[in-house]
Amino acid sequence: MKNPSGRTYAAEGNEKYTGWGNSMSFISYFINGISLGSVYAIIALGYTMVYGIAKMLNFAHGDVIMIGAYVVMASVSGAGLPPFAALLVSVVFCTVLGIVIESVAYRPLLNAASSLAVLITAIGVSYLLQNIALLIFGANTISFASIVPVPALALAGGALTVTGEAIVTIACCIVIMIGLTLFIRKSKAGQAMLAVSEDKGAAQLMGINVNGTIALTFAIGSALAAVAGVLLCSAYPTLTPYTGAMPGIKAFVAAVFGGIGSIPGALIGGILLGVIEIFGKAYISSQMADAIVFGVLIVILLVKPAGILGKNIQEKV
Amino acid sequence: MALLDVKNLGISFGGLRAVNEFSLEIEKGCLYGLIGPNGAGKTTVFNLLTGVYQPSDGVILLDGENLVGKKTIEINKAGVARTFQNIRLFKELSVLDNVKAGLHNHYPYSTLEGIFRLPRYFKVEKAMDERAMELLSVFDLDKEAATLAANLPYGKQRKLEITRALATRPKLLLLDEPAAGMNPNETKELMETIRFVRDEFDMTILLIEHDMKLVSGICEKLTVLNFGQVLACGNASDVLNDPEVIKAYLGE
Amino acid sequence: MKKINKTTRSNLITYGMVIAMFVIMQALVSAGRISSLLQGLLVPLCAYIILAVSLNLTVGILGELSLGHAGFMCVGAFTSAFFSKCMAEAIPAAGVRYVIALLIGAASAGICGILIGIPVLRLKGDYLAIVTLAFGEIIKNIVNILFIGRDENGFHFSTKDTLSLGLSMDGEVIVNGPQGITGTPKDSTFAIGMVLILITLFIVLNLIHSRSGRAIMAIRDNRIAAESIGINITKYKLMAFSVSAALAGVAGVIYAHNLATLTAQPKNFGYNMSIMILVFVVLGGIGNIRGSVIAAIVLTLLPELLRGLSDYRMLIYAVVLIAMMLFNWSPKAIAWREQYAAKFRRKKQKEV
Repeated sequence: MKNPSGRTYAAEGNEKYTGWGNSMSFISYFINGISLGSVYAIIALGYTMVYGIAKMLNFAHGDVIMIGAYVVMASVSGAGLPPFAALLVSVVFCTVLGIVIESVAYRPLLNAASSLAVLITAIGVSYLLQNIALLIFGANTISFASIVPVPALALAGGALTVTGEAIVTIACCIVIMIGLTLFIRKSKAGQAMLAVSEDKGAAQLMGINVNGTIALTFAIGSALAAVAGVLLCSAYPTLTPYTGAMPGIKAFVAAVFGGIGSIPGALIGGILLGVIEIFGKAYISSQMADAIVFGVLIVILLVKPAGILGKNIQEKV
Repeated sequence: MALLDVKNLGISFGGLRAVNEFSLEIEKGCLYGLIGPNGAGKTTVFNLLTGVYQPSDGVILLDGENLVGKKTIEINKAGVARTFQNIRLFKELSVLDNVKAGLHNHYPYSTLEGIFRLPRYFKVEKAMDERAMELLSVFDLDKEAATLAANLPYGKQRKLEITRALATRPKLLLLDEPAAGMNPNETKELMETIRFVRDEFDMTILLIEHDMKLVSGICEKLTVLNFGQVLACGNASDVLNDPEVIKAYLGE
Repeated sequence: MKKINKTTRSNLITYGMVIAMFVIMQALVSAGRISSLLQGLLVPLCAYIILAVSLNLTVGILGELSLGHAGFMCVGAFTSAFFSKCMAEAIPAAGVRYVIALLIGAASAGICGILIGIPVLRLKGDYLAIVTLAFGEIIKNIVNILFIGRDENGFHFSTKDTLSLGLSMDGEVIVNGPQGITGTPKDSTFAIGMVLILITLFIVLNLIHSRSGRAIMAIRDNRIAAESIGINITKYKLMAFSVSAALAGVAGVIYAHNLATLTAQPKNFGYNMSIMILVFVVLGGIGNIRGSVIAAIVLTLLPELLRGLSDYRMLIYAVVLIAMMLFNWSPKAIAWREQYAAKFRRKKQKEV
């Protein structure tokens, strides 16, 4: 798996503003961290919702990000669509993809005796998506033109620049978080999701369409993945069939960090992980950034396996 | 001295007091019943006795040894074995291997002796096979020794679970609703089996049961649990005729 | 005691199969009937078989999913290659050096298995999978920034580059960061690999059919019940996991001593390698050791024989993986299979 971030934002900021002292570069790293963390948070939502409801780790989630980015690229440079329309195409495509994956590969195993079976199947799907992309688009790294129309913002008299991508990413994350929370609290479908995540059997008895609710969860998660894919590739403008895998796994770490199954947890975990990663890159070692992120995972699981906002569930005897 | 002496046991889950001031004394060789309506806290008592949960108050003495604070495996080594309400067998292992797993701590040889097939491996495995077959034939399961546990009929799965528990050489055997899901014939056979285990192995047995016929048929003493509290205890016939107990079971 | 005979016979078939494969391959090689490409695959094949068998110990027997098996292989490969390169002159006897390298590779991978296993084996399956994956990536990361050199003053370490090692004039760089280790003696042969496969099978099969193996499988089938009959969960889980890791280390030793230059790429020690081994295990049958051996052989040699497929190889792996899981584990597929089997039996009875 390749680290998608061929060049890092923070490092760039560092080169530009070395003359302005450490505090400016610190703030710049911090903003970059929040921006990257927002992407992780959006991806982590997909993991956390699916885990909460279907009790499975959707390993292919990261690869849906990559597919989403390829679709945008193909519709912008291939079909000549305007960026926003391309994003819509990508969201629709990924939503359908998510529903297809769920119904073909995961639903037959919903009641399987072994939880290992679903996990291995999900790995198979991840592998399949990567290799389909490999056959269609090839293994070469494609440069991805940012589709964010917002210009960079100069602060503190030019001492600090916040890129348009960072602004849009953070804004997207906030909008999605608020929207999703409202959806789950207020809408009937959202309430059905909560019910299914508590107790599938009881929800079914109450007349809730369990399979439909699970499919809806996958659809939402995959649509978010498409958005995340575009944001990620706009900020780190390279694309390969393996682009999604590593951010996907890191977002899962973020979901675990925040407490799996919890939506605010995904936000907190994502942002913290993004900040840790950027600071790790800037102040410790750029090659070891991934190792630091995974080190964080191991430490969390040792200290607080349920995550920051998670519930501890004990197996019933 | 009683074999099992439980005093003032208590545990809370969140704000709920699941078991409160629970006391119990079981003499050696006694067949003791723990009964009560659904949700009274019977299985919680079993989980406390076997270290699955740690009690917030109270003591559990087995032959004078305090079990509170010990882990499940230590409690098993101290001499408490159990079965489960929803059968928990090693489904992908043979019937024989299920029992041999129960013999695990009493027939030791090291992993290296196992891997390199040293003489002790053959000696101990042979002794294990013999002992396991002996136990299985007691329960009329010896013909199914090579069958996978998952493929046994329901009644025999219950029996196998009891056999496996006995293989750990307990002083006290806990049976959690052994007759659940059985038809009257199977229940009757099970009653005989339980009585037989007590006589043959000189075993002390504590069982949770809903089936009143089974309880009144074989238990010598009873404790009734309601809302986590002891409602009555004593000789089976006295307890079953206690108006309070009848009220708790049938409602008013 | 018919049952014991049955497992012994089954084990003997497995050993016999491996030996037969060796004889056939050797015959083909000496008859010149095998392309040089395929011949070059024979030693890696041995490593893959050992990896598949050892991963099956974790997945099939212990019932936990490890996605960092390539990481353990990486540890074994680099520690042993480091040793062999340092000792190439001090220990001229290749056999002795190789045996020590094997022990070092297995021990270091096994120790990593214990270190990772202690915190992680308390967790549920999904987390274990992710943490082992994380471990594999960390190992790869570390190896890629590691520089070790040696001169008359001893060993020098750095995480930056070869210059900062500060070696003297006749110093020698042993581990060169992303360029890895060059010049490990090429001591691995097909015959040695085959012997190591047999040893691996001996260890794994005998472990499974012993008291400890029974305890491990009991934990897999029902942890709570295993605890209730006094089986030490942590001890046996850790045992299975570290044995599995150590054997992956052995595979790493074979692999490293077959290469002119050993580097840690995503291709050989990354996630993709771990997945490939998982495909072997799933295709051969989870928990079926002999199946892992067969699957590793078929899936390694077949794509090389059918060249045209090479582009689609990974794609086919993915589809096979999904299809196998659905067919074997979906409740509907299981019901369908049973129904079909019953029908078949009835038909047969009628015919008789």
